[in-house]
Amino acid sequence: MGTHNHHHDYNFSEQFQFGGVAKILSIVAVVIGIASIAWGLLSHDHIIHERTYANLLLMGYYFTCVCAAGAFFVALQLVTQSGWSAGLLRIPQAMASVLPIASIILLIIVGLGLYTHNLYHHWHADGLTDPTSPNYDALVAGKAAFLNVPGFLIRQVLFMGSYSIFAFILAKLSYNEDLSGGLNGYKKSFKLSALFLVIFGFTTPIWSFDTIMSLEAHWFSTMFGWYNFAAMWVSGISAITLILILLKKAGYMSWVNENHLHDLGKLMFGFSIFWTYVWFAQFMLIWYSNIPEETVYFYKRWEPEYKPWFWLSIVINFVAPLLLLVDRDAKRKETFMMCVAILLLLGHWLDYYIMIMPGTVESHRGFGIIEIGTAIGFTGLFTFLVLSKLSKHALAPKHHPFLDESLHHQI
Amino acid sequence: MSNTKYILGSFADPDEMMHGIEKLQENNISIYDCYTPMPIHGIEAKLGVKPSRLPIAAFIAGATGTILGFSLLFYTTAYDWPMNVGGKPSLPLPNFVPVTFEVTILLCALGMVATFFYRNHLFPGRAPRVMDLRASDDRFIIAIDAKENTDHSLIDGLLKDAGAVEVKYNERKYVSYE
Repeated sequence: MGTHNHHHDYNFSEQFQFGGVAKILSIVAVVIGIASIAWGLLSHDHIIHERTYANLLLMGYYFTCVCAAGAFFVALQLVTQSGWSAGLLRIPQAMASVLPIASIILLIIVGLGLYTHNLYHHWHADGLTDPTSPNYDALVAGKAAFLNVPGFLIRQVLFMGSYSIFAFILAKLSYNEDLSGGLNGYKKSFKLSALFLVIFGFTTPIWSFDTIMSLEAHWFSTMFGWYNFAAMWVSGISAITLILILLKKAGYMSWVNENHLHDLGKLMFGFSIFWTYVWFAQFMLIWYSNIPEETVYFYKRWEPEYKPWFWLSIVINFVAPLLLLVDRDAKRKETFMMCVAILLLLGHWLDYYIMIMPGTVESHRGFGIIEIGTAIGFTGLFTFLVLSKLSKHALAPKHHPFLDESLHHQI
Repeated sequence: MSNTKYILGSFADPDEMMHGIEKLQENNISIYDCYTPMPIHGIEAKLGVKPSRLPIAAFIAGATGTILGFSLLFYTTAYDWPMNVGGKPSLPLPNFVPVTFEVTILLCALGMVATFFYRNHLFPGRAPRVMDLRASDDRFIIAIDAKENTDHSLIDGLLKDAGAVEVKYNERKYVSYE
């Protein structure tokens, strides 16, 4: 019993044409990125060298996280049997299919950083775990059963490998559905998604402990995994929203309207608050208990070179979405939502910056060619890969069982 | 002049009711309200229902909670008997956040429920305002103010044409009061 009997004449087989300005700009961005990374890596100054590695880790991790959030989004919609999102699923699917490439890039960065001692030197250096060595570090030695090079690398490969395989298969099943129709692909992806969410949920905290938290190996926080997950999820949803709005502005995806945008806005709003909740839970407990081995993390971020950025991150990632997205009408405006999505994506760059820099370059923090160039380069790479993937398939999963529900979505 | 206060068109199908709304509006007959056993998408826009003012009540209740929670903490731990917990200042703002937040959420939620109940006459002891008892079962009702719209035969015809299974002429607004 449908209460709407509009006759839709949407062209669900419509495909994105990747060319023109978008293609040129993304390639130019990649070239800028490569040039600034090369400039940093070829420098003879070891501080510039380390700074380049820190930025590579930042953007490599950010890139992987946003693609992983795409896979998580797809799996979540499948497991909850959500109908509203069916019309826009091709965007997170394209992000998910890029995850294998993102993972390989991050693995290379992490591996090179580890072996060149530009990253993770707090726990990976000669004699740190050898009681007879002058470099012996009892804290790192105590963690060595978990935090050792083979274990670290195996976990990286295992985690990112499994996310990539699931992401790739989930996208593939949906693309195949376009050709074959029927419910078999949907049922199969439902089961796979349930499995993926369990694996993803249990391993992403450990993955972020390894990749980011171990930069400051003396310090630990059990909230860190969820804090990173929240950052990943907010930036992933912002990326989906941004791509969706840009596609709509280019005249694609006419079946997605302000109701879908409103839901994405609610997710951005809600998970920005969640991010703050986890951030604050971590901060307040450390501030309150005041144990030196814990406060060292915030002590570093409270030094003059980090403090303004530390607070700016809270303003952009909490205060801004709280005030900008609380209003219903605001979440339904394309241009406004586009600006908020860009702001949140920049905000979480800053969030990662504050997570990574004090543990790597410490007081030699910088914001210049390397930071901006690397960020532009990875943004270009992400844009190029996601849009290429998007252009290879129809923009709507036309045989998705809930597509009709998505068309009638109204809130 | 009849004593009819409200004319109720009772539909068995929501599509037909939506069609009935269109027909009435085409003939410039103002609709008092519609009652349906389930949410109908798009009906608010069609009837021109103003957005709910519940968020305003929520904000006021929430802001009261913020002030109340913070004042409680401030008075008990910082003003009346300043407490030294773990060497922290006696006005430890980060510590105040969780309680202030929780009281804000609590009063906001309770305030919204109370406002909703008050506005809809749902408090225990109050007679619910129901114009047609089957609107919560299997019928979709369009209510028309019979005093404002005097051409009753036209309304009757339009409703029946649109597929109304029954047209009632009620002399009382709320049948639940009887």
